[in-house]
Amino acid sequence: MLKRNVPLIIVFFTSVILIIAFFIPHRPFGDLESRFLNWYAIVAGFTLLLGLDSLARHHLIQVFRRRPGWPYSLLLVLSLAATVTLGLYSWFKYRSPFDLRAPFMWLIYTPMIIPLQSTMFATLAFFIVSAAYRAFRIRNFAATLLLVAACLVMIGNVPLGGTIWRGIVSLVHAVAPSLDPARLDRMEAFAAIKDWLMSTPQAAASRGINIGLSLGGMAMSLRIILGIERTYMS
Amino acid sequence: MTFLVLLRLLVGLTAPGAVKAVDNPNDQGSAINVTWDAPEGESAAISGYRIYRSTSPDSGFALVGTQPASRLEYMDNDVRDGVPYYYAVEDCSPTDSARSAVTGPAVSRPQWFSSVRLNILVMLVVICAIFLIYINRARRGAKMYIRKIAGLDAIDDALGRATEMGKPILFSFGLGVITDIVVIAALPLLRRIAKKSAEYSTRLLVPNSDPIVMSAAQETVKEAYTEMGRPDFYNADNVNFLTSDQFGYAAGVDGIILREKPGAIFWLGYFYAESLIMAETGHSVGAIQLAGTTEITQLPFFVAACDYTMIGEEIYAASCYLRPEPIMLGTLKGEDFIRFWLIVLTTAVVALGTVDAVVGHKVHVLSSVFERIVTWVTLAY
Amino acid sequence: MKLWELLASVDRRILYLLLSLAVALPLILKPKITVRVSDPVRSAFETVDQLPAGSVVMISIDFDPSSAPEVNPMLVALLRHAFRKDLKVMVMGHLALGLPLAEIALNQVAPEMGKVYGKDYVNLGYRPGYTALMVGIGRELRDYFNTDYKGVPIDSFEFMRRVHTYRDVGLLVSLAHGAVADAWIQFAGGRYNQPIIVGCTGVNAPNLYQYLHSGQIKGLIGGLQGASEYETLIQKPGSATLGMPAQSAAHGLIILLLIIGNVGYLLSRRKAKK
Repeated sequence: MLKRNVPLIIVFFTSVILIIAFFIPHRPFGDLESRFLNWYAIVAGFTLLLGLDSLARHHLIQVFRRRPGWPYSLLLVLSLAATVTLGLYSWFKYRSPFDLRAPFMWLIYTPMIIPLQSTMFATLAFFIVSAAYRAFRIRNFAATLLLVAACLVMIGNVPLGGTIWRGIVSLVHAVAPSLDPARLDRMEAFAAIKDWLMSTPQAAASRGINIGLSLGGMAMSLRIILGIERTYMS
Repeated sequence: MTFLVLLRLLVGLTAPGAVKAVDNPNDQGSAINVTWDAPEGESAAISGYRIYRSTSPDSGFALVGTQPASRLEYMDNDVRDGVPYYYAVEDCSPTDSARSAVTGPAVSRPQWFSSVRLNILVMLVVICAIFLIYINRARRGAKMYIRKIAGLDAIDDALGRATEMGKPILFSFGLGVITDIVVIAALPLLRRIAKKSAEYSTRLLVPNSDPIVMSAAQETVKEAYTEMGRPDFYNADNVNFLTSDQFGYAAGVDGIILREKPGAIFWLGYFYAESLIMAETGHSVGAIQLAGTTEITQLPFFVAACDYTMIGEEIYAASCYLRPEPIMLGTLKGEDFIRFWLIVLTTAVVALGTVDAVVGHKVHVLSSVFERIVTWVTLAY
Repeated sequence: MKLWELLASVDRRILYLLLSLAVALPLILKPKITVRVSDPVRSAFETVDQLPAGSVVMISIDFDPSSAPEVNPMLVALLRHAFRKDLKVMVMGHLALGLPLAEIALNQVAPEMGKVYGKDYVNLGYRPGYTALMVGIGRELRDYFNTDYKGVPIDSFEFMRRVHTYRDVGLLVSLAHGAVADAWIQFAGGRYNQPIIVGCTGVNAPNLYQYLHSGQIKGLIGGLQGASEYETLIQKPGSATLGMPAQSAAHGLIILLLIIGNVGYLLSRRKAKK
């Protein structure tokens, strides 16, 4: 019973105190929020050790028991050790592992971390192509609207849109020479449409979803504070 | 401009005007805010300001701070509450300076209530009251209808399909940490999926990016298996920690997907740019995918790559579906009530502002009411 | 396989190959393009441009190497602009792996512009704390940043002596790839009225337009396109401008593939109905 009730009591009183502290700047309430956030940051820092333990233990077991894929686990453990060693050495020698002369920077960060992380992010472009090609089909009116909007935003977001617009202006001027091409050029229609789509319908939809999320978050928070929602305690 | 500067050098600088020193409002004390106006026509000559303070209006002034020429205010944080202070501000150039008349006394005091947050307090009280009213109504047996969420109904189909194909199930919280409400909302869903996987004897894989979430997930899965009478089915290696790094996690999950080829994948949590990388990989192995996140920017990717997507707070509502108790339904209905009135009030205020703009702000009552409403709602900003 | 079926189901490997070519060829051929500046980026530029000389700009490095190709050009362009305007730059961050990128950018731009560490800019480094730090700076910067990233007390730098809270900071720039910008807006902007501009990845930009329109941020630089617009405004093209032809080609290819896919899909549907 204690195991169940003590965390609920802690959650309830902490939440109420922090909510009250939000409105009362007077000591000791004014500092409470910062204090709690600092405590959380300290505790969160120690949980990294927890993760490190789980990771290291899992992969060391893979290596010692020669389970399938153990060479990769060995590589992980060696990389972990090398990063920690170089980081500490750089800290002692240069007062920061992020000094440009530090071995951590020129052995690990610049040749490995930057290219590896950038590459993973870049693979997103390929996945977007395959997902868009597969998903953006004219199945119904809403899907068609989505497709058209996506194309207009993509075109308006890059200089290609300006180039295409200038081509259209030339064509229009050839057909109707009385229209001023410079004035039409300045309209930059694709960019203007993209700006409008991003600023108006997209922003409105974002706001709507955000308001809904905030309300949902409040309801969820209230359930947690009142002890109705207890799954986090398992 | 040069002539004016030369002229100033001859006749000397003019002291700053309208020097005011007041207690800084809505704080815990020990702060006095000093403001002043720059002397007219002399901004080019002034290189900065010096602020002097004393506890007596006649003597004992000491320099407490300086500001560049562009700043016309100074926050004095080095004061004691309840003690009257007097201030003078001096503008200076390389060759000259001029001090203002003394202003004061200013007394710093802590405030018991932050008046700029009054609007938030009122809205908080109203919203909580509505939630509590609906919870109470639900407890007293009021019937409450909530619509179906397609994604939740698909969970059982997805699990059944994975079992038929003899493939494991994968569940991911993404990059969520335990303080993310969406992760807390996803835990009941994990419990339900774990119970079904124990029932069907289908392996459940839960790679995590946060150690605390991993602990919570391990406990959730273990308890679910125990409830179903299959504690032996639990394997800690299946609910493990990969890495906190965003793309390291994505790479790890992709590797698991390509090796294990799960039949069903659940993306329920907090995701950033790695969402599509993982969802597309899941699609490439033919898995049925269900996603739910509160990160708006990732929803379009999940909609494109997954079979079912729970949008926005549908994932929060999921726990109400899984435990359709009156209290849970009450908070959901309370949300709907608040949402309805927010729409009505927002539409009314927007209409008011639009009419005011259309008539060119010539109807004083309209302008005044609209300004007051906007100011009050955005008070803390 | 019939033509329309082929059009509707091109192998993903072919799609990836086409995208690789669409991105690689412009990078090799380097065609000239004109970058049009959008209003959100122009607002960001003008916000920096209107700061008086000597004002302190706090740049929060909230991105890591994964989004460096998009966000790093913004950082370089902003540093150039700030140094050109004789603004004092204070760099800090919430992501430990992002700070080295700032160090690299500062070491690239500062010598070019004749700026000296400690006199014109400082690197305060990384501190854990996230929202606690954001709230804490509103009370006193030194509660979190007593020293720079190498342990040198910040009061030994002349311009830092007068920086205590947000009131002493002319502008906060958040270069973010996630939700950190939202937190800055909520805490620094909401509680302390700190003027903020945000530079972010293209994926995050749509979410930030609402803050721009409500005046909670003064400008928005979104994605590689935004970075190239900023480079155009400071008249110093960099890697973002170099990348725009490739991005244009990639977008064009995706639109073409969407059209081809839909033509195949519609033809398949018509044949199926018959």
